[in-house]
Amino acid sequence: MKVYLDNNATTRTDPEVVEAMKPYFTDIFGNASSLHGFGQEARKAVEEAREKVAALINCEPAEVIFTSGGTESDNQAIRGAAEKYAKKGNHVITSAIEHPAILESCLHIQERGYNDVSFVSTGEDGIVKLDDFENMITDKTVLISVMLANNETGAIQPVKDISALAREKGIIVHTDAVQAIGKIPVDVQDLGVNLLSMSAHKFHGPNGVGILYVRKGTKVGSLMHGGSHENKLRAGTLNVPGVVGLGKAAEIALRDLGENIEKIRSLRDRLEKEFTSKVKFTKVNGNRKKRLPNTTNISFEFIEGEGVMLSADLKGIAVSTGSACASGKLEASHVLLDLGLSHALAQGAIRFSLSRYNTQEEIDYSVGVIAEAVERLRGMSPLYEDALKGGTCETAEYAN
Amino acid sequence: MEGQYSEKVMDHFTNPRNVGEIPDADGVGTVGNPTCGDIMRLYIKVKDDRIEDIKFKTFGCGAAIASSSMVTELVKGKPLDEALKVSNKAIVEQLGGLPVKKRHCSVLAEEALQKAVDDYRSKLKEKEGK
Repeated sequence: MKVYLDNNATTRTDPEVVEAMKPYFTDIFGNASSLHGFGQEARKAVEEAREKVAALINCEPAEVIFTSGGTESDNQAIRGAAEKYAKKGNHVITSAIEHPAILESCLHIQERGYNDVSFVSTGEDGIVKLDDFENMITDKTVLISVMLANNETGAIQPVKDISALAREKGIIVHTDAVQAIGKIPVDVQDLGVNLLSMSAHKFHGPNGVGILYVRKGTKVGSLMHGGSHENKLRAGTLNVPGVVGLGKAAEIALRDLGENIEKIRSLRDRLEKEFTSKVKFTKVNGNRKKRLPNTTNISFEFIEGEGVMLSADLKGIAVSTGSACASGKLEASHVLLDLGLSHALAQGAIRFSLSRYNTQEEIDYSVGVIAEAVERLRGMSPLYEDALKGGTCETAEYAN
Repeated sequence: MEGQYSEKVMDHFTNPRNVGEIPDADGVGTVGNPTCGDIMRLYIKVKDDRIEDIKFKTFGCGAAIASSSMVTELVKGKPLDEALKVSNKAIVEQLGGLPVKKRHCSVLAEEALQKAVDDYRSKLKEKEGK
């Protein structure tokens, strides 16, 4: 059986989305900026997609600009806002658990010399505290960026509260909602944010397309200079099939949100319960209530994550891990370490992220395979050997 | 994922040789730490200056497990001095290659063996000292 439990990395494109995109390669292929019929037909599809995206996050279509994905949107939000509000101030505040697209963009503007960035850590539950943000604010603060939901733990951050606080002080707020869209309702009026990033391939849309929501009245510089596309905010011929796919995925997400969430949540809860009740020395990382319905991040003490991933992969199951060995940088997950996990527990963490395509049969199969792998790897582990002989065990204090 | 590892590495990962401990070992060497994500422990039993038996325990990725399994296979039965000549390069070669960012696993395996032998020799000196 092949089981895909790595949906926070990317999702399967919905066949309905693929069907919607098809005509825009060979039949309706004009450049959406061309004034002739070929172009205008494509333009019509683009604007329809824009409306669908706007409906999903409750904004005006004019406030949606299409980008090449979450990373580009994040880059534009940070670099573009820092640029436009430079006269007002140079201080940016963000969390320590952001996606690298935010972290690296922040480090970039800091390295350039003008900006000063503060990174706020989370509590043990993987959620940032409002007070910590408040304490960081100075009269030079122009931008705050906090993700809506964390990709590794699924923990949902208090973006609405942070926005309310920022609004009082005239500070712009951006949220990277890439992991949240399609999994929980996201309403920019309710959240009160000025900028928001979205990426299609995280909610069954195609890769290579996303949006940046720019609230009316909010200024943001552009990364891509050239033609006057997207209100001069993002030059570049529109990826019409991609945009159409994004629109369709947004329409489906809005339509199915309620029903899907509950089904996915119950499967995730089942998977989590099976592990925590049947496998000893485990710890669930991050707040278990305030989190995405599809994600669970579990540390299996005494073993290393890549070994589990490899064992799972050999049986057709895809998961991901916070271990150093599995990362490109040979460093354990910055998110898990920020939570206060020891290196050993961060190394043994596995992230399971479900989608509407997973079934109970798949979950039960996966639990069986992974539980067996954990036991086998523990049999080879010097840390497990020491613990059995009376050594300490970190997960005891997190007893389920 | 399998794509990054050779067949030999996968074989040593799924069927590791010499896993276990030796309660009355003549030498034990533990190297590595949780920060880098690899910890290897080698137990050796020495007779007539030869590695009579060797076992390993490893906390680490596929490459780490394969490297420690391979090193035990390469040195079991060998005289100590010969065993110490088994380099990390030899381990990588016998494994059919390791991805560049995993080469440190083979280095760790070589170090674990060195430490186990050092432990044996220092215990020997102690005994002789008495």
